Amino acid sequence: MRFDTPATTNPIDQGKVVGQRIHRIDGPLKTTGRAVYAYEWHDPNTHYVYGYVVGSAIAKGRIGSMDVSAAKRAPGVLAVVTSDGIGDLKKGKYNTAKLFGGTEIQHYHQAIAVVVAETFEEARAAAALVKVDYAEEKGVFDLEATKDTAVKPKDGEPDSAAGDFDAAFETAAVKFDQTYTTPDQSHAMMEPHASIAAWNGDELTVWTSSQMIDWWRSDLATTVGIDKEKVQIMSPFIGGGFGCKLFLRADAVLAALAAREARRPVKVALPRPFLMNNTTHRPATIQRIRIGAERDGRITAIAHESWSGDLPGGGPEVAVQQTRLLYAGANRMTATRLATLDLPEGNAMRAPGEAPGMMALEIAIDEMAERLGLDPVDFRIINDTQVDPENPERPFSHRDLVGCLRTGAERFGWQDRTKQTATRREGSWLVGMGVASAFRNNLLVPSGARVRLDREGIVTVETDMTDIGTGSYTIIAQTAAEMLGVPVDKVAVSLGDSRFPVSSGSGGQFGGNCSTAGVYAACVKLREAVAQKLGFNSPDELTFAGGEVRVGDRRMPLAQAAGDEPLVAEDRIEFGKLGETHQQSTFGAHFVEVGVDVATGETRIRRMLAVCGAGRILNPITARSQVIGAMTMGVGGALSEELVVDKERGFFVNHDLAGYEVPVHADIPHQEVIFLDETDPMSSPMKAKGIAELGLCGVAAAVANAIYNATGIRVREYPITLDKLINELPEVS
Amino acid sequence: MRAFSYERASTIEAAAKAAAGTDGAKFIAGGTNLLDLMKLEIETPTHLIDVNRLGLDRIEPTPDGGLRIGALVRNTDLAADGRIRRDYALLARALLAGASGQLRNRATTAGNLLQRTRCPYFYDTNQPCNKRQPGSGCAALGGFSRQLAVVGVSDACIANHPSDMAVAMRALDAIVETVRSDGTTRSIPIADLHRLPGDTPHIEHVLERGELITAVVLPKPVGGKHIYRKVRDRASYAFALVSIAAVVMQDGTGRVAAGGIAPKPWRDEAAERGLPNGAKAVTAKLLANAHPTEQNAFKLALVERTLSAVLAEARG
Ligand SMILES: Cc1cc2nc3c(=O)[nH]c(=O)nc-3n(C[C@H](O)[C@H](O)[C@H](O)COP(=O)(O)OP(=O)(O)OC[C@H]3O[C@@H](n4cnc5c(N)ncnc54)[C@H](O)[C@@H]3O)c2cc1C
Ligand code: SF4
Repeated sequence: MRFDTPATTNPIDQGKVVGQRIHRIDGPLKTTGRAVYAYEWHDPNTHYVYGYVVGSAIAKGRIGSMDVSAAKRAPGVLAVVTSDGIGDLKKGKYNTAKLFGGTEIQHYHQAIAVVVAETFEEARAAAALVKVDYAEEKGVFDLEATKDTAVKPKDGEPDSAAGDFDAAFETAAVKFDQTYTTPDQSHAMMEPHASIAAWNGDELTVWTSSQMIDWWRSDLATTVGIDKEKVQIMSPFIGGGFGCKLFLRADAVLAALAAREARRPVKVALPRPFLMNNTTHRPATIQRIRIGAERDGRITAIAHESWSGDLPGGGPEVAVQQTRLLYAGANRMTATRLATLDLPEGNAMRAPGEAPGMMALEIAIDEMAERLGLDPVDFRIINDTQVDPENPERPFSHRDLVGCLRTGAERFGWQDRTKQTATRREGSWLVGMGVASAFRNNLLVPSGARVRLDREGIVTVETDMTDIGTGSYTIIAQTAAEMLGVPVDKVAVSLGDSRFPVSSGSGGQFGGNCSTAGVYAACVKLREAVAQKLGFNSPDELTFAGGEVRVGDRRMPLAQAAGDEPLVAEDRIEFGKLGETHQQSTFGAHFVEVGVDVATGETRIRRMLAVCGAGRILNPITARSQVIGAMTMGVGGALSEELVVDKERGFFVNHDLAGYEVPVHADIPHQEVIFLDETDPMSSPMKAKGIAELGLCGVAAAVANAIYNATGIRVREYPITLDKLINELPEVS
Repeated sequence: MRAFSYERASTIEAAAKAAAGTDGAKFIAGGTNLLDLMKLEIETPTHLIDVNRLGLDRIEPTPDGGLRIGALVRNTDLAADGRIRRDYALLARALLAGASGQLRNRATTAGNLLQRTRCPYFYDTNQPCNKRQPGSGCAALGGFSRQLAVVGVSDACIANHPSDMAVAMRALDAIVETVRSDGTTRSIPIADLHRLPGDTPHIEHVLERGELITAVVLPKPVGGKHIYRKVRDRASYAFALVSIAAVVMQDGTGRVAAGGIAPKPWRDEAAERGLPNGAKAVTAKLLANAHPTEQNAFKLALVERTLSAVLAEARG
C-alpha cells in the first residue's frame, strides 16, 4: 500500500480496540518468566556451550601478538577464536568501528578474542589467560581540546540557513549567546547484548537481542561472509535497547564465529562493562546557541552550532535538528561539526539529535525569556510557528505545541511558580519549577506484515517488527483486531523473526506508527480476500464486527472465509511525499518541580508532568509507559548520567551500573502524562505519530530550569551534580 | 574467576586454623563483595572457608550494658533489631542508607567492615592500580577521582572506604572482636581496624592471616540525638559522596564521624570538641591535612555544609 494522500475515514477511526486501554498482551508471559530472551533460549536436545569475550586493554594501536596457549589448555575449553587469527572481516553497513577481525585496535574493549568452553565459568576463567602484546598508539579523547579541528561531516546537512542571521542578530534589540555541554551517555538497558548462534551446514541461526532484524541479518551476513539468505535471526523479546541494539553488535558475530569453530551452538553475552566501551553510546556535545529578539519577545534571529566527535568514518550527533523547526524567526542558521576521537563508537541513542539538542536549546529559551522579562511559557507561545521556518510554504502536518504548553501550565499549577529565583523554601529544600518544550520529528519507514485467518477465526500477524518493551505486540494486535472486527484475544502476534516480512523495526520512535500501518495494509488485503471468498465485490460493502462479517441483515462468522487452508494476505506500507510536503513532528511540554537541598546541593525531583501532542494514541497504557520511562531517562540525563572519559587512557571509566547512575525508584516520586486528543492524517492510515522519544526531549532542560528557579544558579554543563551548585548555594550555619 | 576449593567451617577455631594453614584462603560470609571481586579476578583465593554456619548470628547484651553483634548478623537484621533502633539509631540509619534491601539481606557485619573500595580503576584489571597490583601505579590520581578520598590518602592511593555501617560504628566506638589461628582472641577498637594506604595500599586492615572477626561490640548507649546523613547523586542505591554520622548531646557536644572521604571511617576526637562552636570549628581540624584532587575538592565544602545541616537538625 502506498500512502501518498492524507488518510480519510477508515476502520481504525472506529476506535473500538485501537486507542483503548488494553494491557500488554505479552504481560503474563513476562510476569511469569515465560518470555524467552536471547540468552535463555533453550532446546533441551541441544548441547550449548559458552563463549566469553576478551576486550582490548588499550584504546588505540595494534595487536602485536596474542598467546592463547594457556587458554587453550584450560579446563573445558573447546576453541579460541582471535581477531588476528581470523584476519580482516568485512564491516557491516551500519557499523563504524569493526566488531571483530584484524589487528587494529580502534577503541577500548573492542573484541579481540572469544574463548569457548563447556561452561560459562570455564570460558570466563580461560579468557583471563589470554595474553596480548599491544603496540599502543597515542589517541585523541578530549572533545573540548579537539573541537577546533572539527570538520563538516560528509553526510546529512552540516549547515542550514535562512534569511541573514548575522545581520539580524547584530541589530536585535535583545541578544543572547551561550554555550552548553552534554556528556557521553550510555543506553544502560537492563538486558545486555546476548546471542546464541547455531550452524546447520552453511546456514546460520542466531537468537539475539535486536531492534532491527533485517539490518542485523544483512550486516551479520556481510561480517561473517555468507549470503543473507543463509542467515536467520530471531529476537522475539528484548530487554530494552534505546538504540544500542539497532546495529549488529559483537555478541552475534562472536557467537557465529565461535559456533563455526567449536562446531556447537554457542552462547555469548557481553559482560556489563562492555556495554559502555564495547558497544555504542550517545556522543558528548558542545553547543553554542545565539538568539536575537524584539523587546516584545519575537525571535528575529536564532543560531545553533554543535560539535561532537566520533571514530573515523563515524557521524555527528545532530543536536541542532530541532532548532531548524521549533521556533519562528526569519533569520536563522545551524551548523554541525564533527571531530575525530578515538573513544568507542558514538551512535544513536533514544531521540538522537533532539535529546541533547533540546537539553541545550530549552535552557537557552529559558534564559532568553528571563532576559526579556517574559514568562518562559509565554515566550515559547509567542514564537510558535505553524510552518517550517526555513521554508514557510511548507506547513506542519499538525502542530499543537501551544496546546501542550497551555494545558500543562494549567494542570501543573504553573501560575504558582515564583518569578524571582531562590525564593521558595520548604524546610531544607529550595523549591523551583521548570518548563521545556518537547519536540521530536516523526519519521516514516516502510513496514511489511503478513496476516492469516484460520477456520477457528484466529487472526495471526507475522512481521519482523520487534518489541523492545514498548508494547508492539499489543498495538499490532489492536490494529488487526480493529481491522477485522475481532476481539484482541483472537489475534496472535509473532514478531522478531527474519522469516517474517521486513518491518520498520524499532527505532527513531517510528516503530509504533509504521509497523501498525504495515499491519493495516496487510489487513486491508485480508479484508479484500475475505470479501472475495464470501462472494462480495468489495470489502467496503461489509462490516467487520463481533467476529462476524455483516451486510444488511446477513451475518457470517469471519472464520467462514477461511477453509481448510487459512486465508493469508501480505502487504507493506510505503510512504509517498507527505513527509516532504508537510513537516511531520511531535510536540509536547514538560513541567518539573524540584527541591534542591540548601546545604548539600542534592537535587531531588518532586513531581513531573508531560503533555504530548503526537497524533492518535494507539494505546494509552503502553504510550504512557513509554513517556514515563522517557521522563525518567531525562531525569538521569539532567542529574547523574555521564560516561566519564579518562582523557589519558581513552575509555569510559564508570563502566558498570554502580558507576553510571541511572535514576532509581526513589528518584521518581510522581509523574503524570496527558495526551492531547488529536489525529494526524498525514502520518499514516493509523493517524498516529511517535511518542517514545518525544517523552525524553526537553525533560533534562525542564529539570535544569527548575533548578535555576529554585536556586538562582544556572548550570550549563550536564549532568547537574551537586558539585556544580555547592559553591554558589547560600551559606548554611 | 579462578578455580578454588571450598569448605564450610563448623567451629570458630577450625575456621581460623584452616585459614591460617592454607595459602590463599579467605573467609566468605554474605559473598556480596568477595564473589564480585573473584569473578573479575581481583581477588583470587584458592580456598574459601564459609563462616555462615558458625552460630555468629546473634545480637546479645554485654554485662556492661552494651550489645555484642555477631559477625554474621545480616545488615537487614541488625537494622531491624529493636535495641539497635532504640539505643543506637545511628547504626540502624546508616545500615538502611546502604546498598539495597536484597544486598542487606545477605551482607554481614564483618563483611561490611572489610568490603573493599569502589574506586573504578580498582575494578578494571586493565588499569594500573597499586591496591590491586602493588607497584603498578595509580590511575585515579590523574584520572577520574570525583568519588574518592580527600583525607588520609597517599601518593600511592586515594581510594575511599565505601561502608556506611562502619562510619556509624566508628562514631559509636565499636570494638571488633577476633579469634586468631592459634585460638587467642583480641579486641580491636574500630579506629585501629583499618590502615591508611601509605606505600602499601593493598594492606587495608590490621587482621593477621587467618584472623576471624567473631563480633562487634557496642559500648553502652550514649544517648543524644542520632543522625546519619548520606549525600549522593541519586536518592538511593549509591555510595556516599560524603556521609556524616553524628551523636549530638543536649549541650551541643557530641561525636562526628565522616564517610566517603577517607580510606577508613574518619573521626578525630580532638576536632569533635569544636562541635558546640559549629561545623566549621570541627571540619577545620577534621580535614586539616586534606589532599583533594581537582575533581573531589568539593567534598571539603560538602562535609562542612552537611555537618552544618546535621547540627541544625539536631538543634531542631
Ligand atoms: C551494588 C552494591 C551496592 C552497595 N552499596 C553499598 C552502600 O551504599 N553502602 C555500604 O555500606 N555498602 C554497600 N555495598 C557493600 C555491601 O555492604 C558489602 O558488599 C557487604 O556489606 C559485604 O558483606 P558480605 O557479608 O557479603 O561480605 P563478603 O563479600 O562475604 O566478604 C567481604 C570481605 O570480608 C571478609 N570477611 C567476611 N566475614 C569475615 C569474618 N567473619 N572475619 C574476617 N573476614 C571476614 C571476606 O574474606 C572478604 O574479604 C554495596 C554492594 C553492592 C554489590
Ligand atoms: S586510588 Fe587506589 S584503588 Fe584507585 S587506582 Fe589508585 S591505587 Fe588503585
